[in-house]
Amino acid sequence: MLKTLVSGDTPRSPILLAVLLAILVCLALAPFLFPGVRSVDTAARICIFIVLVASYDLLLGYGGIVSFAHTMFFGLGAYGVALASSRMGPGFDSLLVGSVAGAGLAALLALVIGLFSLRVRAIFFAMITLAVASAVAVLVSQLSSLTGGEDGLSFKIPRALGPAFKFMDGEIFGVKANGKLLKYYLVFISCFVLFLLMLRVVNSPFGRVLQAIRENDFRAEAIGYRVVHYRVAATCLSAAIAALAGALYAIWLRYVGPDTTLSMEIMIDILLMVVIGGMGTMYGAVIGATLFVLAQNYLQNVLSLAGESVSALPFLPDLLNADRWLLWLGVLFILSVYFFPTGIVGRLRGK
Amino acid sequence: MPHPILETTDLTVRFGGHVAVDHITCNFNAGELTAIVGPNGAGKTTYFNLISGQIPVSEGRVKLNGTDITRMSVAQRTHRGIGRAFQLTNLFPNLSVLENIRLVVQSKAGRGFNILSMADSHAELTGPAYEILERIRMTDQADQVVSELSHGDQRKLEVALLIALDPLVYMFDEPTAGMSVDEAPVVLDLIAELKTRKDRAILLVEHKMDVIRTLADRIIVLHNGALAADGDPAEVMASDVVQEAYMGRDLEEALANV
Repeated sequence: MLKTLVSGDTPRSPILLAVLLAILVCLALAPFLFPGVRSVDTAARICIFIVLVASYDLLLGYGGIVSFAHTMFFGLGAYGVALASSRMGPGFDSLLVGSVAGAGLAALLALVIGLFSLRVRAIFFAMITLAVASAVAVLVSQLSSLTGGEDGLSFKIPRALGPAFKFMDGEIFGVKANGKLLKYYLVFISCFVLFLLMLRVVNSPFGRVLQAIRENDFRAEAIGYRVVHYRVAATCLSAAIAALAGALYAIWLRYVGPDTTLSMEIMIDILLMVVIGGMGTMYGAVIGATLFVLAQNYLQNVLSLAGESVSALPFLPDLLNADRWLLWLGVLFILSVYFFPTGIVGRLRGK
Repeated sequence: MPHPILETTDLTVRFGGHVAVDHITCNFNAGELTAIVGPNGAGKTTYFNLISGQIPVSEGRVKLNGTDITRMSVAQRTHRGIGRAFQLTNLFPNLSVLENIRLVVQSKAGRGFNILSMADSHAELTGPAYEILERIRMTDQADQVVSELSHGDQRKLEVALLIALDPLVYMFDEPTAGMSVDEAPVVLDLIAELKTRKDRAILLVEHKMDVIRTLADRIIVLHNGALAADGDPAEVMASDVVQEAYMGRDLEEALANV
């Protein structure tokens, strides 16, 4: 039963199993284990980025396709929800319409880009996605009447997902039982289901064909698989799931803007998370996204603590200044690639 | 004469000014094993590439069971019945032995777009894949990753993928090259077994004289991209054309030195 749930793709390493279970428990009970606006916000981000990174790994790690348009698809979902909610008014119907429209549009766009460029060579696809993603980012910031331009869009979500909505006499185990809690579980459960869905896809006959194409597209074609069709299908699927992650992100933030969804920085973050966690394993996305988002949110605090503890010494406090967190993130990244070239999951599985 | 399964008519390919395959017109029949011989660079592998579609044809036609397949993609040809094992091993190195074969069975069954079921739960795909493993005596290595196999085992698997595909036209490109003396007979027995089925055409590029002698019903000789001789093995080996193609040397002697 459990094995079917994870599609037969067990962690295959006791340490990995323990880490994954710890992450699952922490995320599932985040509002109770770590009450506090910031920690719950971090947990929600981790959930969403796990899905986003996993959907990118579906493309890169399983399909061997390099794309720079993943944030564009992420953004399409986010803007879909934002536009639907601000045009149709707050409501679950607008959330649904926005998500579905965003995902559909993302899949359609991926289909067009894929059919245009995946026939030729994988590198050509990477270039085209870069161009299209930049064009869309410019378009979004220019069409300010529709998208709010650089300021983005703030919008209202259904009351049941807001802090003013109370249930269960307003408290469960000392935690405020309000719409915010419901919203967290909407995000968590959606992400959990999307992740299990992707785990199924990569372990399905289709997923095996993708791996075969990554390994040897020449032979895959020779045993009868139309490589282009499979690559395009994987691109569409990955785009649609990224858009759904974007929709959840927009719902969580009640805001969407170019910086939160479309920027090249996020694209690079996604790449880093895939590489740190381990390409070609869905669990790599879990570990990569968790570590990275935690580092993004808490490395500054850790550093300032470390800086204080060595404040009596020369030079070191400067190096451990909280403002240097990006430097340390870089160092951590280099170390992880150096010591775990196959990613953390690849290393734990002994490859 | 039986009905030809595969026909190539004036099949030609040019790379710049160089004519690599030069107007080859040849038919291949069911139940017949044709050995394709010729010195290095004669165009044997290129001729294979034109038939299986890896290289676009410059001129001429390829017909399978009377249907023109000259403009079809590699995958389309595979589904219609052209199957190929490669001279240089060409597998999925980081997947298991079983998975390599299962992928072929799955392709034949047209199940590649099955996206929501578990690959391992398809007994109708895994079962036939195991049968193939039994036939090549590799069941013990089913779960091994291909890149960890010995060279000989990789060659065997290369042939096994083609057997799993079970096409109308089997194309083997030096199937036993690099195999040990114990390993080669397994593969040769499989090819001999295919011959007895009488409904498949087998094309075999081969340098080993003993293999040709035991298996071939017919030999065609390529020289500088053109068809230099075609016929009964004993006659072809004795003919002047062959002597000339191999620059005065005996075919057997010439091939022994390759």
